[in-house]
Amino acid sequence: MMRREAKGMKEEMKLEFDAISENEGLARVVIAAFLTRLDPTLEQLQDVKTAVSEAVTNAVIHGYEEKGGKIRMSAVLEKGELKLTIEDEGVGIEDISKAMQPLFTTKPEGERSGMGFSFMEAFMDRVEVESSPGNGTTVHMCKSFQENILSQSKLLSGQV
Amino acid sequence: MEEQWRMQTEENPNFAVIDNYLCIRMPKEVDHHGAAAIRENADRLLLNEQVRNIVFDFENTSFMDSSGIGIIIGRYRKISSLGGRVYAIHADERIQRILKASGMSSIIEVLL
Ligand SMILES: Nc1ncnc2c1ncn2[C@@H]1O[C@H](COP(=O)(O)OP(=O)(O)OP(=O)(O)O)[C@@H](O)[C@H]1O
Ligand SMILES: [Mg+2]
Repeated sequence: MMRREAKGMKEEMKLEFDAISENEGLARVVIAAFLTRLDPTLEQLQDVKTAVSEAVTNAVIHGYEEKGGKIRMSAVLEKGELKLTIEDEGVGIEDISKAMQPLFTTKPEGERSGMGFSFMEAFMDRVEVESSPGNGTTVHMCKSFQENILSQSKLLSGQV
Repeated sequence: MEEQWRMQTEENPNFAVIDNYLCIRMPKEVDHHGAAAIRENADRLLLNEQVRNIVFDFENTSFMDSSGIGIIIGRYRKISSLGGRVYAIHADERIQRILKASGMSSIIEVLL
C-alpha cells in the first residue's frame, strides 16, 4: 500500500476555531496529528508545534486583543513540503517588517517578549506575513519534509 | 523541611519557598493559556514571602513557546533589581534551545 503523499499527491486539512487561549493547545495537537503520516522526528514535531503556537497565540492576543473571533488554520502537504496558513480577521499589522524584528512587541506590559516571529522563522523554512490595519493577518509558513518522504518511499519499494 | 515547604499549599502545589528561593515547577506545556496563573501565583509569593532568587524547574516540561520567555523575563525584572538571580533547572534539549534562542541563557543560569 503506497501512501498518497508518497506518490506526490496533495493532502490537505482545514480547521476553524475560536480565538481563545484554550485553543492554542488544540491547534498544536491537531497539527501534530496531521503530521504523523510523515513519521516526523520529535524535533520536527516540536518545530512545527512551536510555530503554530506562536501564530495562533498572536491571533488571540494581538489580532483579536483577547476579545475573541475566529482563527483558521490550514495545512497542505505536497511534494514533501508542508504549507501552513494561520489566519485571523483581527486588527492587522501596520508595519510588518518592524513587527517581525526580534524583541519587537506592542504589548510589553502584557509580558510579551517579542520573540514569536523569531521562533516561527527559526523553526520553519520560510515565513511570510500578509496584513494591513483593519484587514486581519495571514501567516504563511513552509517546512520541507522531503527526507521523510524519501525514506518512506524507499521503505515501501523495498530499497532499504 | 516541613517548615520550608510551607508554601507548597494544596492550592498551589507547584510553588514552594525554600530558604529565600522561590521554586516553580513548570507545567507540561508552557504557553499563553497557562501563563497568567503561573505569573499571578509567582508574584503573590514574591510579594508576601522572603524571596530573593527564583528557580524554574522544567522537569515535567516538554513544550514551551515565547509565552514562557515572557514569564521568565517578567520575574527576572522583578528580582534582578534587588540583586536576586534566576535559575532554570532540568531543562531538556528543546527547552534549552528555546532559552538560548531567546537570549535567556545569558541573563539567567541554566543548570544542567
Ligand atoms: N495576528 C496579529 N495581529 C495583529 N498584530 C500582530 C499579529 N501577530 C503579531 N502582531 C504584532 O507583531 C508584534 C510582534 O509579534 P511577536 O509574536 O514576534 O511578538 P509578541 O507577540 O509581541 O511577543 P511574544 O510572541 O514573544 O510573546 C506583536 O507585538 C504585534 O504588535
Ligand atoms: Mg507573539
